Amino acid sequence: MALLELQNVSKVYHLGGEEIRALDDVSLDIEAGQFISIIGPSGSGKSTLMHILGCLDTPTHGTIRLDGVMIQDASPRQLAAIRNRKIGFVFQFFNLLPKLNVLQNVELPMVYSGISARARRERAIAALRLVEMENRSKHRPSQLSGGQQQRAAIARALVNDPKIIFADEPTGNLDSHTGEVILELFRKLSSEGRTIILVTHDPEIAAVTPRRIEIRDGRISEKVDPELAGLDRLATGRLPAAAS
Amino acid sequence: MNFWESFQLGLREIWAHKFRSLLTMLGIILGVSSLVAMSALVKGMERGAKEALIAVGGLQKIRVEPAEVPAEQQHLRDQAVGVTMKDVQALRHSAPLVTDLSPEMRLPNATLTANGKHFRPFVCAGVWPIALPMSEHVLAHGRMFNEIDDEQARSVCVIGTATRDELFGSPEEVGHEVIPIGETLLINRQPFTIIGLFQHYESEQQRKERELAQLEPKRAPTGPTRGRGGGGGGRRGGNFVFWLKNASVFLPLNTVWIKFRSGLAASPDPRLSTLELKIADVERMNVALQQIRNVLMSTHQGIEDFSFRTQEEWAENINTFIRNARLSGGIIAGNSLLVGGIGIMNIMLASISGRIREIGIRKAVGAGTGDVFFQILVESVVIAILGGLVGLAASYGLVRIISQLSPTENTPVITVTAMVLAFGSSVGIGILAGLFPAFKAARLDPIEALRYE
Repeated sequence: MALLELQNVSKVYHLGGEEIRALDDVSLDIEAGQFISIIGPSGSGKSTLMHILGCLDTPTHGTIRLDGVMIQDASPRQLAAIRNRKIGFVFQFFNLLPKLNVLQNVELPMVYSGISARARRERAIAALRLVEMENRSKHRPSQLSGGQQQRAAIARALVNDPKIIFADEPTGNLDSHTGEVILELFRKLSSEGRTIILVTHDPEIAAVTPRRIEIRDGRISEKVDPELAGLDRLATGRLPAAAS
Repeated sequence: MNFWESFQLGLREIWAHKFRSLLTMLGIILGVSSLVAMSALVKGMERGAKEALIAVGGLQKIRVEPAEVPAEQQHLRDQAVGVTMKDVQALRHSAPLVTDLSPEMRLPNATLTANGKHFRPFVCAGVWPIALPMSEHVLAHGRMFNEIDDEQARSVCVIGTATRDELFGSPEEVGHEVIPIGETLLINRQPFTIIGLFQHYESEQQRKERELAQLEPKRAPTGPTRGRGGGGGGRRGGNFVFWLKNASVFLPLNTVWIKFRSGLAASPDPRLSTLELKIADVERMNVALQQIRNVLMSTHQGIEDFSFRTQEEWAENINTFIRNARLSGGIIAGNSLLVGGIGIMNIMLASISGRIREIGIRKAVGAGTGDVFFQILVESVVIAILGGLVGLAASYGLVRIISQLSPTENTPVITVTAMVLAFGSSVGIGILAGLFPAFKAARLDPIEALRYE
C-alpha cells in the first residue's frame, strides 16, 4: 500500500460565479521513501495539489489515503493533528517565527504534540545537528543567512519525524550556491529513507529527483528519469530488505 | 500546549509590546482600583454609621413619647395624662417582653452654671440609675447615683465630657483632664454636686485623630481663638451624634420631680418626658410594640396620646443609603472596568491582524483551532490579570489620595471581598474581551494566513 494515495481528486473554486478547476481528476500514488518533484508553472494547480497533499486543504471530490487513513473528509482539527505528526513543511520564505530563537522555532511542532519540555529540547537539538545548525540554536532568524534559515526550517520539518516532507520552492529565495547546498541536504535526507516532495516551477531543480510529476491546468503527467530512477529502484530495493 | 506554556507565551507577547500593553492595562487598572476604592469608601461610611447607631443604644431600644391626641379623640384631650410613672409600673408588671424601663424627665432649656460659665446641655434629665446601661453610658470617674440617691432626692448629678469641657475647660485647653467630682454645679440656679463623669464618647476615627494630635507637638495658636458654638466642644468637627451624647447631665428622677416640679406639669402623677424601653429580642419587635401599646392603652383609658420611636427606621435608612452608594459607585467603577475590557478587545484584534502569518505558521506545523483560540484568549486574560493585580496595588494609593483630598469622618476600609470581587471581574472581563479576537484568530484559514503579507 502506498504511503499517499490520491484517487480522482478534484478541487473546484468558485470565483465570482465562475468555476475554476484547480485540480481536475488527479490520481496519484506516492510510495514511502520516494523523492518526488511536482513541477508546473504558476497557476497550474501545483500549490493546490501541495495543499491537499499536505493536509492544509481538503478536496472537493475524490479520496486521499495517507498512511492507510482516509482523510478527504477530515475536520480542521483532525487535519491539524495530521500535519503535526505526519507532515513537515519547508517554505520558500522559511516562515520561521521572528520572535523565537532557532531552537524555539524547531521546538514549535512539538509544542502542539504535547511533548515534555526536556524531550523537546533534546529532539530539537538532534534535528539541528542533522542540518548542522546546532551552534546557531540561540540565534534569532533575523541574525541568520537565508541558507541557515532554510536549514533551521528543515530541522523544524524533521523534528516530529514526519512521514512526508513537503518543500515548497525551498530554493526560491536563495542564491544558486546556497540552493545547491539545500538540495544536497534534501538528497541526503532522501538517501536516509525519508519521503520528500519538492514543489517547484524550475525544471533544473526538479531534475534532482528521480520521479517528476508535471502539472498543467490541473492535470498531471509523469516522467521518470531512467538514470535517477535506477538509483531510486536500488534505494527502494535496499530499504525493504533492511526493514525486513 | 498546556496552560502554563500559553501563559508564558502571553507574557512574552505582552513584554514584546510593553507600552501598548501598559496602555491597554491602564483601563483595567483604573477600573479595579476605583472599584476597590469605592467599596472602601462605602464600607467606611457604613462602619461610621453603625458606630453611631450603637452609640445611641442599638436596635432593641423603644422610646415612648407623649404625642398629640389623634383627631378622632380630640374631645378627650383634657383627659389625656401623657406618659407617667403609672405607665412605668404598669409596663413593668404587664409587658414581659420589655426587659428594662428607664423613665426620663427632661428639664427643657436647663441652664448649667459653674465656674462663672453658663452652658445649655443637650440633655438635662432626671432618670433612674438604670439609664446608665440603657443609654449606653459608661462612667469614667466617680459613681452613678443609686436608688438611695433617687429615693431621698439628693442633689447630685452625673455629667458628660462636653458639659465638663464647657464649664471647667477641656483637656486641650487646660492641658490636663479636669475631673470635677465634688464640684458644685447650678442647674437652673439650684445647686447640685457632681458625683460622676461619663466617658468621652467618640468614633473610632475621632479617637485616632485625637491620639495623633496628642503625639504631635502643640502648634502655637494663630489669631484669636474662635468661640465654640454647638460644634465639637474643643474636639474639632466630630460626629454630631457623639457630641450630643457628651453634652448631657443626668440627675436622679425624684430630685427633678421634687425640685423642678413647677417647671413641669403639676399633676399628682409624675409626668415623664419620655420613657425608654429595652426589649428582649429585636426579632420580636412588632409583638413587643403591640404588647406595650395594649398596656398603655389600658392605663390611658384608650386615649392614644403617646407614640413609639425605634431605631429601626434609622438602621433602615443607613442600609438604604449604603446600598444606593454601593450600587451607584459599583456601576460607575464597573463601567470603567468594561471600558478597559473593550480596550483589551481592541488591542487583541489589532494584535492578531499583525500576526496572521504567525498564526498561519503555527497552524501549518500543527496548531489546532483550539490551540490558537486558547493562545489568544490566554493573552487577553494575562493582560487582565496583570492589570487587575496592579489595580489592587493602585487602589491603596487611590484610597490614600481620596482621604487626603477629602478627609471624612470615616476612614475608608479596603475589604478582602471587594478586592476578590474586583480582581475576579477583571479576569472575567479579560475572558470576555478575548473571546471574539480568539475566535477570529482560530478561524483563520492556514493557507490564506501563510500567504498573507
